[in-house]
Amino acid sequence: MLWNALLLALREIRRNLTRSFLTVLGILIGVAAVITMVTLGNGATAAVSTQISSLGSNLLMVRPGQRLGAGRDTAGAAAFKLADASAIESEVSQLNGVAPVVSRTVTVVHLASNWSTSVVGSSNAYFSVGNWKIVDGRIFSDTELQTGKAVCVLGETTSNKLFGSENPVGGTIRIKQFSCEVIGLLAAKGQSSMGRDQDDTIVMPLRTVQRRLTGNQDVGMLLVSVQDGASTSAAKQQIEVLMRERRRIAANQEDDFNVLDTREIAEMLSSTTRVLTLLLGAVAAVSLLVGGVGIMNIMLVSVTERTREIGIRLAVGALEREVLLQFLIEAVVLSSIGGLLGMMLATVASIVLANLMAVPYVFGLQINLLAFLFSAAIGVIFGYFPARRAARLDPIEALRHE
Amino acid sequence: MSTAVADGGTSAAPALIELIGVTKTYGQGAVAMQALRGVDLVVHEGEFVAIMGPSGSGKSTAMNILGCLDVPTTGSYRFRGVAVETLSRNQRALLRRNYLGFVFQGYNLLGRTSALENVELPLLYRGESVAARHAAAREALAAVGLANWEHHSPAELSGGQQQRAAIARAIVTHPAVLLADEPTGNLDTQRSREIMELVVALNRDRGITVLMVTHEPDMAAYARRVVRFVDGRVESDIRNPEPA
Ligand SMILES: Nc1ncnc2c1ncn2[C@@H]1O[C@H](COP(=O)(O)OP(=O)(O)O)[C@@H](O)[C@H]1O
Ligand SMILES: [Mg+2]
Repeated sequence: MLWNALLLALREIRRNLTRSFLTVLGILIGVAAVITMVTLGNGATAAVSTQISSLGSNLLMVRPGQRLGAGRDTAGAAAFKLADASAIESEVSQLNGVAPVVSRTVTVVHLASNWSTSVVGSSNAYFSVGNWKIVDGRIFSDTELQTGKAVCVLGETTSNKLFGSENPVGGTIRIKQFSCEVIGLLAAKGQSSMGRDQDDTIVMPLRTVQRRLTGNQDVGMLLVSVQDGASTSAAKQQIEVLMRERRRIAANQEDDFNVLDTREIAEMLSSTTRVLTLLLGAVAAVSLLVGGVGIMNIMLVSVTERTREIGIRLAVGALEREVLLQFLIEAVVLSSIGGLLGMMLATVASIVLANLMAVPYVFGLQINLLAFLFSAAIGVIFGYFPARRAARLDPIEALRHE
Repeated sequence: MSTAVADGGTSAAPALIELIGVTKTYGQGAVAMQALRGVDLVVHEGEFVAIMGPSGSGKSTAMNILGCLDVPTTGSYRFRGVAVETLSRNQRALLRRNYLGFVFQGYNLLGRTSALENVELPLLYRGESVAARHAAAREALAAVGLANWEHHSPAELSGGQQQRAAIARAIVTHPAVLLADEPTGNLDTQRSREIMELVVALNRDRGITVLMVTHEPDMAAYARRVVRFVDGRVESDIRNPEPA
């Protein structure tokens, strides 16, 4: 009987394609909107949370220059020195480590391949502070750090660009006029929320970069990792006091450096995107509901329009529940077709928009299933009333209609 | 399956249809309209009955009751001994599905649907397989002379052809009774003759009991028995020993 009703419903849908298409359209747009909004929102949230975890826990970034606004001035602010890193490490309590960082963009060559990437000069603390894992080889030895030896650790992207599928460890790359031995390979981290590939990197001892690439003793940034459970704001305050002292900033002067709590920012960002996702999803859900009302409207019109047909069906012996089922299934099939097409449209739209907005596309099984089931449920709910009306028609009255 | 009752007298066949003091009142109180005022009628298996009478005399009302589409206000309608007025809506639908075939003046075919699908319709509700449905529908269409018109929609058929398709739909389930309310009312004389000959053949060859409402004495002449309604009552019940 169910199969029969399905057959009848399909026949009916085919019999009036234009009406069916218009009915489907409302649901299609609703479902597509809900899925696209939520998928993009989830992509943005995912990007932010990837960044949080890739940053490592409780990370503070200390940079020269003032923090905010158009008048942010780095030119006047003196750069840090290695001694600043040591000072923070010894004076501030409850830290995991401090990594001095200086970076440059350079072109790197290996055999016939060359690649432009950023070289980071730092200490071994860089790996623990930045939550980097070594998959092959090793990190720097004390001698290499102290003497500024030409050794490096490659990020996965850089390794792929220069060495292809070969293992880079033990190989040699050329940067400008010097050769550099590859001693290690980093585990991949993937994209940051800004769409930057974090694995496109080379890490060298700080002294090596200072001597061979920048030609001075400056340190661009200090990465400070605070112990789990310790207060990052307390650490931030201690660092600020210490740096003001070291940089001899008078009490009435503003800081010429800034301390950024990256996790705080990332968390704020991710909760913002979550709220936005919810909001957009809710707006889209309303459009889905409107699509449902559309189905009810068209089904009601269709019952009136088809009164005579229902009369014929009843006269040849259709049972009340068979007519009810036929109309109900018609509504559900229509809304499910709308749901399916909506899912397809949403997939295409999400991929395109995610690309444009530079957020990762993450297929959300849950939201797709939910939106589809919701569209089918809309068919049941908004189809029931017209279907019941059709089933309860008096066959004689219905036949006399028109 | 006999053609008894030819002699205008007693019959050995069981009563297929029995109306006992049937009345039907539409509306209530001051606007109440008594369409039937006590109808008694017995029809046996295999009979061909023409129902005549002036407009508004209650012919269609009686046909609706006979077709289990409606129930009497008072009195009883026995179909093969079963009191139809005691059955539920669904049980009456099952009676229609299994024993009755309808033909209407306005054909009442589904638009934008092929003749084959129209004829298949009653079988769909009987849950028959696709193959069985197709075969039965083809056979019924062939029986009414529409073998080559299976895939035409009603709009592509003439009035006479549409009524043939409607008859095919009515007989596709092999009903015991064919109920036709002015089946030739919309057709010209030639087309009407053809339809009447078809109905006569169904009665004669398949033993289907036929109850047919008609205005035209010409058409009634095809029947073995003519029942005349006047003012909601049976005025006369005449047997015609030599139908056309
Ligand atoms: N649904 C209805 N409501 C009220 N009056 C009706 C209804 N159906 C029929 N009638 C009335 O009952 C009477 C008999 O109608 P009907 O059986 O259609 O007559 P016939 O078919 O012989 O022309 C008519 O006066 C008609 O107006
Ligand atoms: Mg009438």
